[in-house]
Amino acid sequence: MNKILWPILVALTLSACGTTGGTQATVEDRTGSKAGTASTGQGTETTGVGGSGVAGNAMGDQYSGDPRKNPASPLSKRSVFFDYDSFVVKDEYRPMLEAHAGYLMSKRDAHVILQGNADERGSREYNLALGQKRAEAVRKALAVLGVSDAQMEAISFGEEKPRSEGHTDEAYAENRRTDVVYSDEK
Amino acid sequence: MLDCPIKKAFVSPMSVSMLRAVLLFPLFCLALLCAPFSARAAMEIQVIGGAANKIAVAMVPFQAAPGQPSPALTQIAGDDLNRSGQFRLVDVGGAQQPVMPAQVDYGVWRGKGADALVVGQVAAQPGGRLEIRFYLLDVLKQTQLAAYSYTITAGQWRATAHQIADLIYAKLTGIPGAFSTRIAYVQKQGRRYELRVADADGQNPRTVVRSNESVISPMFSPDGSQIVYVSFEDRKPVVYVQSLRDGHRRKLAAFKGSNSAPAWTPDGRRLAVVLTRDGASQIYMINADGGGLTRLTRGSNIDTEPVFSPDGQTLYFTSDRGGSPQIYRMAASGGEAKRVTFNGSYNVSPAISPDGKYLAYISRDGGRFSVTLQELASGQTRVLTDTARDESPSFAPNGQAVLYATVQGEQGILGTVSLDGKTHARLSESGVDAREPVWGP
Repeated sequence: MNKILWPILVALTLSACGTTGGTQATVEDRTGSKAGTASTGQGTETTGVGGSGVAGNAMGDQYSGDPRKNPASPLSKRSVFFDYDSFVVKDEYRPMLEAHAGYLMSKRDAHVILQGNADERGSREYNLALGQKRAEAVRKALAVLGVSDAQMEAISFGEEKPRSEGHTDEAYAENRRTDVVYSDEK
Repeated sequence: MLDCPIKKAFVSPMSVSMLRAVLLFPLFCLALLCAPFSARAAMEIQVIGGAANKIAVAMVPFQAAPGQPSPALTQIAGDDLNRSGQFRLVDVGGAQQPVMPAQVDYGVWRGKGADALVVGQVAAQPGGRLEIRFYLLDVLKQTQLAAYSYTITAGQWRATAHQIADLIYAKLTGIPGAFSTRIAYVQKQGRRYELRVADADGQNPRTVVRSNESVISPMFSPDGSQIVYVSFEDRKPVVYVQSLRDGHRRKLAAFKGSNSAPAWTPDGRRLAVVLTRDGASQIYMINADGGGLTRLTRGSNIDTEPVFSPDGQTLYFTSDRGGSPQIYRMAASGGEAKRVTFNGSYNVSPAISPDGKYLAYISRDGGRFSVTLQELASGQTRVLTDTARDESPSFAPNGQAVLYATVQGEQGILGTVSLDGKTHARLSESGVDAREPVWGP
């Protein structure tokens, strides 16, 4: 309950103080991100006042919003791509995963869902297991970096939520992926 | 914005009453009114090929009663027999149209090449009921093989036609028919998913789940009263069990991680499910009421797609423990697994025939995924289909055909194929993707 109230309070505080305008917070959808929520809950969307989230103003190099959304930060990178039939997290993702590990260790109430995906070829259930293997690979990488198991859940969408709907090798590569999604984000 | 992504309906075995559904489930009535409920478009059926020696059956259209439903009983039952590939329907045009055995001139029907003849009549009864009498006759021996009468409501019309087809099939082949059974499948239209239950011929479809997220892996309970499936509506795969009588459902497995691949034991008391709560995708057993969770496989690789042999003693499943996905079997009580498939580098989605003698699965050869049949005793295999993107095979309850999903053009369709691979039927509905079929009781 605290997790849900906290950003709302922040939002209220910010809007109360925001006499100069421009600072807005978005109340994000937390429903459905965990097992045990109401089965019909996930279609419910609540959006805060006005808009597209935090606007980054020209205030020097200090990013004023959620550090996870700072395009200059490796925290804004969320996808780990895998080679065909491979479950190895490639070295190029190390800085990104280190940044997420650091964030999670500094914020013990933060929680990530690691969403594995697979391309469409073959059995849906087997692809679900392949996506899980990719999610699990990222979970293990974060665990090695010190993230607590309680802050992570590895799940799979298999081939059910393709980012690319195409049937080309490029589309398949795009779908062999694990996304790092924070529970307080959509 | 408020949206209700999951909308449930219910299925009654004989009739669909929209009014009753609305009265029983006021929570869902808005949803039901938003979208036209259930039995609208049904699948079209196309039959290709058939057995070399077909039994020739002449089905004389039953003498009709005023106001009887359409299509005619002989049309529905004849389509059933034709789809099996084991029958040839004899043209009955231009011949006498007997209603009773005493009226039959057997010479006429022998001259038309008929082995068997079906005659009958429909008569209106008080209270809007219909009485159906029909006779199955052996044309060569000039004997009566069967005679039945039914008194039904109009809502039982299709079910009665399927029962007539089952009787004819059983009398002439010695094998029970499966025309009165049901199938379930998932259809996708745009971004909308529906889990549907239909008659075995794809007609009379009823939607039991509507969702904005994918639904996969449906399976009927052994008594046909419930359906289990995997839904992604909770932003992760969760296993649900739903009553087909009243539409009520509950989460069977919603543990940390992914929950998928449910398979009922033949006695209906437990289910195998695949969970990732301990890391890798592994097979667990869970009671039908959600209690009594035990872990069955203990590895660090993928074990998934469990399915029980009809006697409940053996579990078949897909595993990549040997480096590529292959089908294995193990005792349902646990223990050592033995590899079952050896040809090729991708063999998945096992299904076991009702007599326990055959394994149907999907094998990849080159870039083609095809339904393959393996005789378990000999290990001999046969590719049953000539399509390239087959998935989800399941046996007819009488073991005579395999239902599967494939892709034609860019559209997902359902197919059935006889075990000899000679008879193919395709079920499709224009503009609708059908997938994840399963054959039930």
